[in-house]
Amino acid sequence: MRKIKTKGAKIIIDVLREEGVDTLFGYPGGAVIDIYDQLAKSDLRHIMTRHEQAAVHAADGYARASGKVGVCLVTSGPGATNTVSGIASAYMDSIPVVVLTGQVPTQLIGNDAFQEVDIVGITRPCTKHNYLVKSVEDLGRMLKEAFHIAHSGRPGPVLVDIPKDVMQGSTVYTPIKEVQLKSYNPTYEPNVKQLPKVIKLIKEARKPLVFAGGGVILSKASKELTEFARKIHAPVTSTLMGLGAYPAGDPLWLGMIGMHGTYRANISSSECDLMIAVGVRFDDRVTGKVDAFAPHAQIIHIDIDPTSIRKNISVSVPIVGDCKITLEKLNRLLADEDLGDLGTIRAPWLSRIDQWKATKPLAYEQRDTIKPQFVVEKLWELTKGQAIIATEVGQNQMWAAQYYHFDQPNHFITSGGLGCMGFGLPAAIGAQIACPDKLVVDVAGDGSIQMNIQEMGTVMQYKLPIKVVILNNGYLGMVRQWQQLFYDCCYSCTQMIEAPDFVRLAEAYGAVGLRATKPAEVEKTIKKGLSTPKAVIMDFVVEREECVYPMVPSGKPITEMLLV
Amino acid sequence: MNNNHNQESRRHILSMLVDNQPGVLSRVAGFFSGRGFNIDSLCVSETTDPLVSRITLVAEGDMNILEQIKKQLNKLINVIKVMDFTETDYVQRETALVKVRAKPENRAEILRMADIFRSRVVDVGTEFYTLEVTGDGGKINAFLKLLKPLGIKEIARTGAVALARERK
Ligand SMILES: Cc1ncc(C[n+]2csc(CCOP(=O)(O)OP(=O)(O)O)c2C)c(N)n1
Ligand SMILES: [Mg+2]
Repeated sequence: MRKIKTKGAKIIIDVLREEGVDTLFGYPGGAVIDIYDQLAKSDLRHIMTRHEQAAVHAADGYARASGKVGVCLVTSGPGATNTVSGIASAYMDSIPVVVLTGQVPTQLIGNDAFQEVDIVGITRPCTKHNYLVKSVEDLGRMLKEAFHIAHSGRPGPVLVDIPKDVMQGSTVYTPIKEVQLKSYNPTYEPNVKQLPKVIKLIKEARKPLVFAGGGVILSKASKELTEFARKIHAPVTSTLMGLGAYPAGDPLWLGMIGMHGTYRANISSSECDLMIAVGVRFDDRVTGKVDAFAPHAQIIHIDIDPTSIRKNISVSVPIVGDCKITLEKLNRLLADEDLGDLGTIRAPWLSRIDQWKATKPLAYEQRDTIKPQFVVEKLWELTKGQAIIATEVGQNQMWAAQYYHFDQPNHFITSGGLGCMGFGLPAAIGAQIACPDKLVVDVAGDGSIQMNIQEMGTVMQYKLPIKVVILNNGYLGMVRQWQQLFYDCCYSCTQMIEAPDFVRLAEAYGAVGLRATKPAEVEKTIKKGLSTPKAVIMDFVVEREECVYPMVPSGKPITEMLLV
Repeated sequence: MNNNHNQESRRHILSMLVDNQPGVLSRVAGFFSGRGFNIDSLCVSETTDPLVSRITLVAEGDMNILEQIKKQLNKLINVIKVMDFTETDYVQRETALVKVRAKPENRAEILRMADIFRSRVVDVGTEFYTLEVTGDGGKINAFLKLLKPLGIKEIARTGAVALARERK
């Protein structure tokens, strides 16, 4: 019997379907027409963004909100180069994304052909792995490997560069059931010998602190983390990426740690005698001056990526393993332990923390201009903390992190490691596609929103009821803040001059535009925006020179905070 | 790093088995440059398995840096195995080709030195001899030092290759 051959472009669709993909984000071009042709004949949903960077951010937002792999498809050359910021952002935050790029035909590679670019070379340092498919026989396997690598272990973006002749060629394609890679074997199961050491340290500790990161969310371990912290009666802080991993409404929650962390979280980290770090990588925005970080603590570090452990900080108990599996095992061990009367044992530590909270809470002064913090606080109140919040980058991002109190994982979607302006709106698109029944809000700055504002077109095309909340300070506020605090108020090139009228801009796209200029209008505006069944841009004209506090100056110990 | 031990910087010979594919060397080299680590020498060749290549790489650093380098290299999808020979017993060789000025009055001396170092003349020109010498880095450095006064035109060194010693 003659075996039936399948075209490369069709194999791509087949693998996507085998991987459970139902939606992808992309932008067509000459080198990928074959794939788009097959796409039209398939049941896959394609969301066409207005820029390839946005397509990757959208795939990333989709992945963060759904926990599934986000997929992105773009053409060769400029289509491919436009994806780089999106890929780098996903890489820094360990988000599983598969990016498919078209490439010139194999026989033209290396000839400086029209729209040829070495995207595999360009993205080598900002992907978890990448492939150039040289023959249609390799296509199915490489795509399967790409998905496997993207979502397993410490997740990350994987790029597959596919020359046009590979899409057009045919081969006998048999679906690959299981991917086998001899040189890639993430460690999920923790070394059980390490776990009793954790229990012992917990029993000895007087001032423990649980420190959670994005790894908890990626491994879907929020439930286990919450159980763990409550069981050992330890307060919890998290990185920016870890917000939502632990319910902010819980009395043990301290708020975020780091450069713009809460006073009590930062001080607790320097006073604690045991730090249980789960799914974090001790980024410099978290630790401040490394030598002064957690000086009195024994550190237990649980992470799936062995390179995260002892990269910046030396630890007493390193545990390489999946956060969820490790916490589950610890919880089981703890169930059999007599931990004593933890309520009494922890009382002095927890009451000290409560004092810090009482004396130095997150705060801002109300005035007759709108305070940006007030807008976020109201947004939290009026959405009952249930919205998915995407953010842009800068002050708006930090205020969203500080004043929107996240009670659940996968609800805070932000470009943490790269801090990539222009992330929020396309990421909100991805999140809204992943969660059509959820309220999705992009908390934006007047600068960042202009970096991918063209995505309002995508929002309208797919009738996405996304709400954009612009904290409009007329500045590249976060940079201005640094200039104010560390450069003698020399506001070099940080004024946002000639910003568009965002209300009319919304209207030009067919969305609804609202504006508030006084504190009394804030609630009304948010309510009106939220009750509008289509896309809305809300322009909040806020206090121009407000700063984000607390702030730890770069390179200083995180206990040295500038406060309001 | 906030710990003070393990801070002595040493030379490490790393031997890696990697997939024999285009781009793999670039991933390894790119990792070093991207993270600001220096490569002192690098050798790549196929193994008995044509699907696998061996990269022998010399780098300097304290134990913490080396631990990080090894973990990061292991993390690269195409790296199958990383061995650090520093802690073990190993044999190490490097080859150098040296073009040395061969004035008539120096020729005998050059040959005598070559003899001592078990070096061979592999090319003879009117003005220059090209010598080949193999050994560890120290031996080659010593040989070059002796030849230097005679006038070295150019040298090419392979960088170290190494294998662990078998148990006796
Ligand atoms: C793509 C990109 N370019 C530059 C920066 C540097 N940067 C960080 S925050 C910021 C200001 C952002 O301004 P805006 O969006 O208005 O937010 P605000 O801080 O005012 O809330 C800039 C320019 C960046 N993070 N990303
Ligand atoms: Mg601004």
